[in-house]
Amino acid sequence: MNVSFNWLRELAPGLEGTPEEIAARFSRVAAAVEALEPVGAELDGVVVGRVLEVRPHPNADRLRLCRVDAGGDAVEVVCGAPRIDRDGLYPYVPAGATLPGGFTIESREIRGEMSHGMLCSEMELRLGRDRGGIMRLPDDLEPGTALTEALGLPDVRLTLDLNPNRVDLACHMGAARELAPGGDASLRPREFGGPGWSPEWRGDEREGEGAGVRVRIEDATRCPRYLAAVVRGVRVRPSPAWLSGRLLATGAQPINNVVDATNYVLRERNQPLHAFDLGTLAGSEIRVRAAIAGEPLRTLDGEARELTPAATVIADRDRAVGLAGVMGGRDTQVTPDTVDVLIECAFFDPSSVRSTARSCGFATDASYRFERGIDPRGQEAALARCVELILAIAGGQADPIGVRVGREPGEAPVLGLRASRVRQVLGLDLAVSEIAGLLAPIGFHTLSSDEGAGEVRVRVPGWRGDVAREIDLVEEVARRYGYDEVPREPRRFRPSVVPEDPAVRRAARVREMLVAGGLLETRSLSFVPEEHRGSRAIVAVPNPLSAEESYLRSGMVPVLLRRVEHNHARGRRDVRLFEIGAVFAYAADPRPPADSKNAGLERFAETLRVGAVWTGRREPPHWDGGAGDFGLWDLKGQAEVVARRLLDGHLEPLAGGEDPEADRLAAGWLEVDGFRLVAQGRTVGVAGSVRPGALDAPPWAASAWGLEFDLGAVRERAAVVFRPISSFPAVRRDLAVTVPVSVRAADVETALRETASDLLESVELFDVYEGAGVAEGRKSLGWAFRFRAQDRTLTDDEVEGEMTALSATLEKRFDARIRTS
Amino acid sequence: MTAAGASLLERLVELEEKGLAAIAAAGTEEALEEARVAYLGRNGALADLMGRIGSVEPEARPRVGQRANAAKQALSGALESRTRELATGTEERGGARVDLTLPGRRPWVGGVHPVTRVIDEICDIFKDLGFTRVQGPELETTWYNFTALNIPLDHPAADMMDTFYLDEDVILRTHTSPVQARVMESHAPPVRVVVPGLAYRRDSFDPSHAPAFEQIEGLAVDEGVDFIEFRSAIDHFVGRFFGRDTKSRFRPSFYPFTEPSAEVDVTCTVCRGSGCPTCKRTGWITIMGSGMVDPAVFEAVGYDPERYTGYAFGMGPGRIAMVRHGVPDMRMLYEGDVRFLEQFA
Repeated sequence: MNVSFNWLRELAPGLEGTPEEIAARFSRVAAAVEALEPVGAELDGVVVGRVLEVRPHPNADRLRLCRVDAGGDAVEVVCGAPRIDRDGLYPYVPAGATLPGGFTIESREIRGEMSHGMLCSEMELRLGRDRGGIMRLPDDLEPGTALTEALGLPDVRLTLDLNPNRVDLACHMGAARELAPGGDASLRPREFGGPGWSPEWRGDEREGEGAGVRVRIEDATRCPRYLAAVVRGVRVRPSPAWLSGRLLATGAQPINNVVDATNYVLRERNQPLHAFDLGTLAGSEIRVRAAIAGEPLRTLDGEARELTPAATVIADRDRAVGLAGVMGGRDTQVTPDTVDVLIECAFFDPSSVRSTARSCGFATDASYRFERGIDPRGQEAALARCVELILAIAGGQADPIGVRVGREPGEAPVLGLRASRVRQVLGLDLAVSEIAGLLAPIGFHTLSSDEGAGEVRVRVPGWRGDVAREIDLVEEVARRYGYDEVPREPRRFRPSVVPEDPAVRRAARVREMLVAGGLLETRSLSFVPEEHRGSRAIVAVPNPLSAEESYLRSGMVPVLLRRVEHNHARGRRDVRLFEIGAVFAYAADPRPPADSKNAGLERFAETLRVGAVWTGRREPPHWDGGAGDFGLWDLKGQAEVVARRLLDGHLEPLAGGEDPEADRLAAGWLEVDGFRLVAQGRTVGVAGSVRPGALDAPPWAASAWGLEFDLGAVRERAAVVFRPISSFPAVRRDLAVTVPVSVRAADVETALRETASDLLESVELFDVYEGAGVAEGRKSLGWAFRFRAQDRTLTDDEVEGEMTALSATLEKRFDARIRTS
Repeated sequence: MTAAGASLLERLVELEEKGLAAIAAAGTEEALEEARVAYLGRNGALADLMGRIGSVEPEARPRVGQRANAAKQALSGALESRTRELATGTEERGGARVDLTLPGRRPWVGGVHPVTRVIDEICDIFKDLGFTRVQGPELETTWYNFTALNIPLDHPAADMMDTFYLDEDVILRTHTSPVQARVMESHAPPVRVVVPGLAYRRDSFDPSHAPAFEQIEGLAVDEGVDFIEFRSAIDHFVGRFFGRDTKSRFRPSFYPFTEPSAEVDVTCTVCRGSGCPTCKRTGWITIMGSGMVDPAVFEAVGYDPERYTGYAFGMGPGRIAMVRHGVPDMRMLYEGDVRFLEQFA
């Protein structure tokens, strides 16, 4: 929403300060000022020029020669605008002057004809957007006058970022009210200098007749009030310079004096109005009704629309002539030929306007205000103001009868505010009179203020529909007191009774371990394609942002693999990433919701998941010899540490296919010979090689490895019980055996641990060998043992006894042959 | 294994241990040379034992030989390292032997995402003010996301957050605020929580918007929690997080679930208030939306609005991370580009 700095100063006597200061103050008390933009800056050399004569250019069809009176001797200007009127006034930049942006105009020859200066468009002067021609100026200007002076410029446009509850700030009165030193009562709207208009009103709740027109509200819900005035014999032409300047400063395009008058009143006091060419209204009738399905309407913007009953229209006897509260129709608009006008000033229902705007797919200055709620009692004053402005600048006669149809708006609400409530919420100890004094300048009139009762009662002004409760007044008090004036005093507090979510600690532990392992944390959006290289997502988003990413992720590794592809595409071979986040599925067995507030959630399963991927070198390259690529044993080691340290579980080879939990966790990326992470007897994670088809890798890429597990499976670390450290020496022994190749190393190790007494401190597989020296169909496993006792030095006999037992177990259980016996 | 083989193996193990100890103990190059001769020399202890392998029965020879090689490797490696260590000492005395400017052998360095770091820092500061850290679901019902927070479904306020619907009841939460309602429903005051998490809005993915983004919600409710406490807590946070010389200012704003509502600006961290592109030349950057909890929210969750008061706030740690690190494009936070992530490792 744009506000003119000059207009604010005109309205609010005594308002001091630079535009920057005013903007800063407004931001602090009312709403953010997004931008300050000079309007009509750098226009020093531009003057008003009158075109005395227009001739064709002898050498160019599209160009014309104009003789221009710019206050001195007439000059010749070549101009390419499609329409140039003889005697019309246009901005003229003489040779030697500079356009905004620094382009200096020179006298020069254009296709064989000299051009001394230039006639300009709004865009060239940075006064507005391109409208396909040069800028027509109001007729009341003297040629040679500086353009800035003529239009009341330069000005500064303040762009306001309004909150949806403060539509009242979208007009100059509303903004000035917050700033004026004297408050609302001190505001001084411009004197138009013409006759006033205080009509006799005609009409009832449904219809009204007078001033030669008939108004009927056919849907009172959609349109609670409709007021109309008739002005006959107007002269439609460009607006006077002061009005054009005001509109330009707010970013609106001047159109003609009648339309500009409605736009001025809109910007002054927030009431949208519309002017119809009365001669085009069939039967001189206005009906407010729902649109008929398929009903056509060409709106002012030139669009031919086909309406639905969701839209509310203004119709005449025969057809729709406007979208209620949104935009008028083209066939009934005010044109230079218009003689009699009907001015509409209505209160349309906010949600009906919203529905109308939505059904047609656009919004306007008018619909913005209606949707957010204008003053339901402001129509009479706004209509009178508009009629007065039209009489002053377009002439004509206003009919002394005004038509007013609809319900009387109710009394403005009265609210009470307790000083004790102010103290409770704000911490401020304010007297009732101080509270009343803060509220009065913004239009909250005090009805009673009783220090004894500790309460002030105020009438809420019509433009503040957002203030309906005591707490809303508390905000007004805080705002007017100044948020930043509230003292800072640390207060005592009672700590929270809410326990910390265990997921927070779990995620922190996972993050710590994976970062220590050299992985980089990523964060992704949750949106994925339905299917990506064999990984299928489950939960669809019916209204996605893009058709390509219309599902929610159901697994983390596939998301990370897309990040790997991103890095591969940038030539990066070594990638190690992890992410912690939610994945989504449908619930396998929906339980009924706890209550209606949660209804629907039972259909979905949202789970926190951890994913990790590795590809490329195991370590950074080094001049003294490099490490190889991350491979199966690296992956297994990482997964084992995660399983043991985080999940209090272990790793098992996944035989493939028979574990639905593993399938759920792997979501299509895992090669068949992977692992599962098992904790508490459940599969809670998977790890392994990424299936080649699941990653679109360049030929130079290394193989990729993935790990995924449920964050919920991460266990709190059990309290560690210290085991005494023996001060006696250890005895080391090695044992090499051959076993059939089908024997699994893990089974052998388990058997060894089970067989040995608690003198066994550690057992480690140090060698695996197949080939020469070992029989066909067998493999050699070398084990290193360390024995130690807490209370003595072990004897050879004790250790030999252990070794004999271990050998015997292996021979018996695994058909082992001891290699040196 | 026979006695001869077993005993030789034992002696190899013993020799390795003693040899490693002797090498480690050698304090001079001369002492180290003595150790080398004693253990690895042509007539040293290892050579002696290796000479005896021939006397072991043939089946045991490969095992013993393997062990002997392992011992030799261990000792040679230790000798080499110790030689270098002593040479370093030599270099200090002026005679360089190893070019110590050669790059060291480094591990891959992992790293926490910059947004995670911001989230953790923010939550830690509020923990000191008695807040606990909780989370909530990303899939929400319209009741928790809108109704409980005093947001009518057909109100223009809902326009501010265009919503992803999964079906008629369930949406992707548009803010972390529904967790407020969930926490209050299940706990009587005093409640002080910070709630980091993802929120979703149908914003296009561009340099300053993302359809999913992190948010941190804060809520403090008890008897006697007033605007002064709210203002002071936020000031404390701003000073701790952005630095003591950072000022804050509160501006009027609107949220259906707070009244009064405020936006909080802090001195631009880039230009320190003099005006730059980051702060759009205002000298201020907006870091949070906040306010006193609206009584309608207390009513929705079953708190007595005449007895309890509180404040709530919401921050975007992604945006804060961008400002803090000068990241020009929000999409970089979510691309997983290693060249980006490594800068924060």
